[in-house]
Amino acid sequence: MIWLDTLIQGLMLGGLYALFAAGLSLVFGIMRLVNLAHGDLIVLGAYLILGIGTATGLNPFLAAALALPPMFALGWLLQTALLNRVLGEDILPPLLVTFGLSVVIQNALLMGSSADSRKLPVGPVEAQSLALGPVNLGVMPLITFASAVAVIFGLNQLFYRTALGRAFRATSDDPVTAQLMGIRPQRVFAVATGIALVVATIAALYLGARANFDPSAGPARLLYAFEAVIIGGLGSLWGTLAGGLVIGVAQTFGAALNPEWQILAGHLAFVAVLLVRPRGLFPRAND
Amino acid sequence: MSALLELTGLTAHYGDFQALFGVDLTLDAGQTLAIIGANGAGKTTLMRAITGIARVTGGSVVLDGRRLDRMAAPEILRAGVAMVPEGRRLFPSLTVEENLRIGAHARQGSGFWTLQRLYDLFPVLRDRRNHPGTALSGGQQQMVAIGRALMSNPRVLLCDELSLGLAPVVIREIYAAFPTIRDSGTAIVVVEQDIGQALKVADHVHCMMEGRITLSGAPASLGRNAIHDAYFGVRHG
Repeated sequence: MIWLDTLIQGLMLGGLYALFAAGLSLVFGIMRLVNLAHGDLIVLGAYLILGIGTATGLNPFLAAALALPPMFALGWLLQTALLNRVLGEDILPPLLVTFGLSVVIQNALLMGSSADSRKLPVGPVEAQSLALGPVNLGVMPLITFASAVAVIFGLNQLFYRTALGRAFRATSDDPVTAQLMGIRPQRVFAVATGIALVVATIAALYLGARANFDPSAGPARLLYAFEAVIIGGLGSLWGTLAGGLVIGVAQTFGAALNPEWQILAGHLAFVAVLLVRPRGLFPRAND
Repeated sequence: MSALLELTGLTAHYGDFQALFGVDLTLDAGQTLAIIGANGAGKTTLMRAITGIARVTGGSVVLDGRRLDRMAAPEILRAGVAMVPEGRRLFPSLTVEENLRIGAHARQGSGFWTLQRLYDLFPVLRDRRNHPGTALSGGQQQMVAIGRALMSNPRVLLCDELSLGLAPVVIREIYAAFPTIRDSGTAIVVVEQDIGQALKVADHVHCMMEGRITLSGAPASLGRNAIHDAYFGVRHG
């Protein structure tokens, strides 16, 4: 029974990793941009939620809701003012620029709120759990997992059921022909990055509710997110969820064997999946 | 009557290579124009320059009094010039119907062309509307590409090499849609290497060679020999 419990805890943890990864997956899928500052933007979101909560006295869930519009605006601005200028045939400039952005965000957070680690106070829900047969489920991990599924589902609906999603896919397929349809790729990209930061803010809520964070917490989140995207197959949103779950389950089983093996087990699962399926579990057919 | 679309001294470059040398051309409302010429004559570049995909380095493109040559491609589409690009260029991750709908992305208000009217024009597409666009045969893909361009309800429709790689019977089927398109009020420019087809649908023909228009006139007024010479660059005396 301990194994079933470990599996369930792993899936719950995987939901968090999928949330880290969803924004990265979205942006990569649409504009082939690997945003190395994604983890730091999640941490920035967590500080914003903390700040709003402290200033208004609202609980972190409501503070996160208030943080969504400014984070969307930040994504829009970031893409319009910075990233659109470096996107092109050469993949190196966006990598360098987002790497630089990562350093800038970390140092700005360090100056703004010191290196002390912080946590989002979600209140009594943190300690609550549900007994489902032999397994005890924490309410927060359950909400996290449900949010991950809802976010991936929502992004999929957006992608495949709306005019905006059609424009996303068309621009991703062929930006030149998309312009002949009256689509302005740079605006499409700006909306996409805005949405990615909205998702990053949701991830930030659960990151800050689950564990401590500090200004340098971003790169490790980026690594998990990146592995989840690669395991799932580049550009596939459901694949990203699956990728997050693979890493989460591997980590909890690793930890069950020996607590020191948790992180290592996640990375080993990543390598193992790539050995068997180099293009990930659900690669897009036309890449 | 002033022209709907007027090109004056249009030049275009690819890097240092000059592809168009001062092209003058007018298109009246309701007119169908054919531009013929051999491979590399500059026909596709001309289409790409008009639609903002290739950079215009001199001269002007004016649509109904509005300068297009300084606009970006999405704005030129909004102004009323749509293109069926060479090689069709359907979006692989979109279904047939989504490919058609995306043609109306920038459309404001209503117009003649709707999904319904396009399915009436190309009935085969109705049955295949949920298939990926790129799963269709070449001819059907060309129909989708034409429909996609029409969905913006353009005032000018540019068709680049419609017949390339298609069987004659399929080409005839596609060109059979032209009278309906013309009757919808859209002026048409067809670029073709297939001279026979071009001469059949056009009111006026321009022959291009090495980035210049070398011969112009109504199809009936131009002798086959004159067209042949202009196409292949034979110079007399």
